Amino acid sequence: MRRFNIKRHITFLCLLLAYVIVIAIYRVGLLSSYLAQMLMLVGINIIMTVSLGMINGFTGQFSIGHGGFMAVGAYTSAFFTTIIFQLMGGEPPGKTVWGYALFFTAILIGGGFAAITGFLIGLPTLRLKGDYLAIVTMAFGEVIRTIIRVSEPLGGPRGVSGIPAMTNITIVFLSTVGSVWLMRNFLASTYGRASRAIRDNEIAAEIMGVNTTRQKTLVFTIAALFAGYSGGLYAHILQFLHPDDFTFMKSLDYLIYLYIGGANSISGAITGAVIFTIIPELFRGFQMWRMVLYSILLVAVMIFRPNGIIGEREFWFIQQRKAGTQA
Amino acid sequence: MEYLVQQLINGIQLGTVYALIALGYTMVYGIIRLINFAHADIFMIGVYTALFTATAYRIPFPLVILISMAVCAVLGVTIEKLAYKPLRHKPKLSALITALGVSLFLENFCALPFVFGPDPRSFPELIPIKAYTWERYNLTVTNIFLINLLVVAVLLLGLFYMVHYTMIGKKMRAVSYDKITTSQMGINVDRIISFTFLVGTALAGASGVLYGLTYASAQSPYMGIWPGWKAFIAAVIGGIGNIPGAVVGSYLMGISEVYATSVSSDLGFGIAFAILILVLIVRPTGLLGKKTYEKV
Repeated sequence: MRRFNIKRHITFLCLLLAYVIVIAIYRVGLLSSYLAQMLMLVGINIIMTVSLGMINGFTGQFSIGHGGFMAVGAYTSAFFTTIIFQLMGGEPPGKTVWGYALFFTAILIGGGFAAITGFLIGLPTLRLKGDYLAIVTMAFGEVIRTIIRVSEPLGGPRGVSGIPAMTNITIVFLSTVGSVWLMRNFLASTYGRASRAIRDNEIAAEIMGVNTTRQKTLVFTIAALFAGYSGGLYAHILQFLHPDDFTFMKSLDYLIYLYIGGANSISGAITGAVIFTIIPELFRGFQMWRMVLYSILLVAVMIFRPNGIIGEREFWFIQQRKAGTQA
Repeated sequence: MEYLVQQLINGIQLGTVYALIALGYTMVYGIIRLINFAHADIFMIGVYTALFTATAYRIPFPLVILISMAVCAVLGVTIEKLAYKPLRHKPKLSALITALGVSLFLENFCALPFVFGPDPRSFPELIPIKAYTWERYNLTVTNIFLINLLVVAVLLLGLFYMVHYTMIGKKMRAVSYDKITTSQMGINVDRIISFTFLVGTALAGASGVLYGLTYASAQSPYMGIWPGWKAFIAAVIGGIGNIPGAVVGSYLMGISEVYATSVSSDLGFGIAFAILILVLIVRPTGLLGKKTYEKV
């Protein structure tokens, strides 16, 4: 039997500790609901940014319509929790185990729908290159929003209200850690290496036997899945959805988080999402100057650190163990 | 039938505004492969410059256009020097995010109450509107529309002449073709890039004046976003980096948008995007874009 090695488990222990501290503060009541909501948004933004990083950073494709998938996930899951469940039981699911199970199913369905959308969009468009691909993904994002706007069952231009507030800190925490873990493992696998090969040189990758179209579509679909999933979480925090929440500006936010942090690393995506979710809130005291300061900061970071704050490095807890070495 | 033709006229009018913005996007993209997000906000500055000069001093219309173009050109070159030049040899995407940052800065700085303020302002009547009606077909054309066409024609011919028949135009084409070789020929690449920004942003300024003249209002400092995006998409439809392509794409965009909006205001926007997607899937480099071959 192997000896318990604290080094192997330190990431897990740190995460557990962080979680216990946050929950303790929350239970004592020191964490206002505003701060709690912000923490949840940080988690959601991390999932969104890391999944966008899979497309933009690791596969070298340029997608700027990620908010569209978030919208698909958010609307699908909200549709299930509000409308379908109401038809079934007359009441939206309460905070019981059964209710959470239904909620979890709903956001998974939302993620699944987003993944299907991602697949359908990715298949024809991923043969475009560079900026053309960017424009088409953006256009698809806007088309998705237009479809939501004109479809009455989804609330049309009025939006959907009365979505049960099912998301809580625990769910967001587990989802964030789980998603980042899954995506990191994906990127460290053969598939991840195929992605990086495509990023570095698509023709060379193809010669080496990577099915580039399949690989790009796969990454796009998986990223859409996570975006849809976090959209589901997002819907159940805000309890209200409006098609204009998911304009192109939303997608640009994630693009900013990603490139500020460093597109070619998961750590960069996480850092960017955390810092740039929190900073605009800190600037709230400056009122109208808030966005001015934000934009100046953005330009300054890019000029002084063009590869993002983190660059291409990874935090030690995200690094994969090197093959052949025993930790 | 009359309705359709009237809408065609409206579409051409909108396309004219897009065309001048799209030219700036396409020229900058053609030369440094950068989507200059701030271009839309320079268009907004153009609208406001025209609004303020025309309200404060009662000066004639051609002078307003010139002032607006000059202000935008100075602004465009300043932005290029301060924000884009330091990143020229850095990863392409950091320049793109910088462009986004500059765009956010211009919008939010101008929305401060002591700059332009966030509220809509009405545009002064630069030229008294006259409508010419063709009774037989029940069509109305305003003198504003004719002036729009005239201004665009003059600017386009000027641009065409400059790009194809002057030394600086030749240098611009050379830089866009191959920067390293061009600099070895003794051409100052940085100056040519700045000059491209100057011309592109001046056109956006002119577009701002025409917009104000046609739609008689400046909604807010955020007003540039959507015309800017549609113009950019128009440039992509036409084949980005291609000057005639930008004009063709803009008119296509303007006309299809007006028709789609007349069916349903919610649908209008989506249809414009759907056209874009179709064009790009069938012709991946745009309508007039050259096919590129990849060399291994």
